[in-house]
Amino acid sequence: MSEPGPTIQIEVLRYRPEQEDKPVWQRYTVPFTDDMSVLQGLQHIKDELDGTLSFRWSCRMAICGSCGMMVNGKPELSCKTFLRDLLPGPVRIEALAHFPIERDLVVSVGEFVKKLEAIKPYLIPKLPRTLAEGEYLQTPAQLEQFEQYSSCINCMLCYAACPQFGLDPGFAGPGVLALLHRYNADSRDGGRDERMPILNAEEGVWSCTAVGYCSEVCPKHVDPANAVNQNKVNSAKDYFLRFLTPKGGRP
Amino acid sequence: MIRNAEPGRPASTPSLRPPAPPYVRPMQGWWQRNPFFVRYMVREATAVAVAMYALVLTLGVVCLAAGEAAWNGWFDAMRTPWSIGLHAVLLVAMVVHAKSWFDIMPKTMPMIVVGGRRLSAEAITRGGWAATGLACALLFALAWWWRP
Repeated sequence: MSEPGPTIQIEVLRYRPEQEDKPVWQRYTVPFTDDMSVLQGLQHIKDELDGTLSFRWSCRMAICGSCGMMVNGKPELSCKTFLRDLLPGPVRIEALAHFPIERDLVVSVGEFVKKLEAIKPYLIPKLPRTLAEGEYLQTPAQLEQFEQYSSCINCMLCYAACPQFGLDPGFAGPGVLALLHRYNADSRDGGRDERMPILNAEEGVWSCTAVGYCSEVCPKHVDPANAVNQNKVNSAKDYFLRFLTPKGGRP
Repeated sequence: MIRNAEPGRPASTPSLRPPAPPYVRPMQGWWQRNPFFVRYMVREATAVAVAMYALVLTLGVVCLAAGEAAWNGWFDAMRTPWSIGLHAVLLVAMVVHAKSWFDIMPKTMPMIVVGGRRLSAEAITRGGWAATGLACALLFALAWWWRP
């Protein structure tokens, strides 16, 4: 018989709404190997120890943005976080902070999706364009203006990193505002006027107090804090220039 | 079959109890949860030191306008050990404040392209310190030049 391998303790904040009014911690002992991610640890629990544990996941390679959770108090993609880096444990896992918990590690994302829809996260052409006119041309410099912000995978780690969102769930939040900037900063886009009211609102960029942790935790290096804070200048310009020029200083 | 993770604790039992609504976790004490938030709160708190020093200087200007006696009074108050102690504390707080702001400064600026390459965050932060160094050097030079 082979020798039992190393194990690690994983503590999960459980919430089963049909069973308890408040979340409770539950501890599992999980065998682990050096190449195991936190997500694989959870999958071991679900497959072998406790089939009632609920969590979201899909791609296992930091692309789908489903498996965000708090790992030892930090927002992380559980597929991109390795148990070997969390030794000796115990590893404490809880649902993404600042979101209501539906069940165990599953949070309510409805409000986030509503905000995402509201900023019109798609190219709105300046003028109607027929296929015969061909593709849009863009210089590398124009691409660089928005490219990093287009890496967002909507994993919401930045929301779990943002205390302002935690204190006021109405705040549009770092991820949505970074995507708003991604389209506004695109030379092919003409939808700026439709997005500025969201950006200018109290719940827009002005709810941000430049904590900056959102950019720290972003697994795709989007730097949402940069998108939000540079738009405070744009929002101020949008406000003041309206008194000076008929189009509010917009080209 | 559902196996319990720990004996004695039911994994999940069938229940007729109406399910509780999504659970909203409290935010009390949020800034103590992460060292990053503690540093943020230090940055915010040191703003008080900046405001206090502005108040000290404003008082000086008010005293200057009020005449020689008031000005000398303010000047003498500045030389007391209490005042020197306060200034030392305020100086430390303002250096911490400046550092925290120069660290976050790159996040507040649009993309700056110099010679076809994007200016790095470190370069922007260093630029802030260089400007501070230059302003301090100019101020000290001016004070030296105008000394009685």
